[in-house]
Amino acid sequence: MLHLVLFLVFGVICVAGAINLLAQTHPISSALSLVVVMASLAVEYLLLGAEFVAVVQVIVYAGAVMVLFVFVIMLLNAGEEERTKGSRVAMILGVPGVLTGGLLVAWALLKRSGTGSVALGSLPGYPKTIGNLLFHDFLLPFEVTSILVLIAIMGAVVLANRPEAQNPPPGKES
Amino acid sequence: MVPVSYYLILSGALFACGVIGFLIKRNIITIFMSIELMLNGVNLAFVAFAAQWQHLSGQVFVFFVMVVAAAETAVGLAIIIAVFRTRETLNVDQVNLLKL
Repeated sequence: MLHLVLFLVFGVICVAGAINLLAQTHPISSALSLVVVMASLAVEYLLLGAEFVAVVQVIVYAGAVMVLFVFVIMLLNAGEEERTKGSRVAMILGVPGVLTGGLLVAWALLKRSGTGSVALGSLPGYPKTIGNLLFHDFLLPFEVTSILVLIAIMGAVVLANRPEAQNPPPGKES
Repeated sequence: MVPVSYYLILSGALFACGVIGFLIKRNIITIFMSIELMLNGVNLAFVAFAAQWQHLSGQVFVFFVMVVAAAETAVGLAIIIAVFRTRETLNVDQVNLLKL
């Protein structure tokens, strides 16, 4: 019972944050609703027993990634977005299509899926067990991911670099 | 006890919100946030299925998704900064030429 109540409360907060992200026109408001979505998702992970995932979600997503987003929004001085013809076409065609597909999937999941029920914290994901799995069974993907992160760092530095800053004239700070 | 399908429906709802945001938003940063929303929905499905099958691989996969998402965010925001420098706009409708 407690599990269901907590799931429903934070699920509603989660979806409300996601809808608020779509409704807001200013990017900062959207970013803050995304923080709400990610924090309530962390609670959902906790309910499923994925403690380490929940902590990483708060630190990495709600912390690092969102700080990066807010930083870029303030750096570029992003203002209100304007509605255009393309967005109206997407609103008329896309939204009903996505809603129909989503309702179909929800109906199929409720009526036809063979998935059972989970108890509160039924599969505890402690850091020790996660680490054992990560460094034994998933060692190769882990190493490949580290190379990916390295490439991403270099790519971000190269892309965000000003072209004229590569060869600054002598005696002048750019 | 909560049915796993409830978690999957929540995950699908988040993914659908992400798709709708991707379609109707015109600010490139908000479109990027919608992609993050979709990735979060998928992560919830991974954790729910990990609990369903009582196997931790799903939770380990969430870490990979998070790392790829973080790398994607770093590169994507750098691209947004580069686009803003050349176009002076964040509206995707005005970014319709490969080369200025």
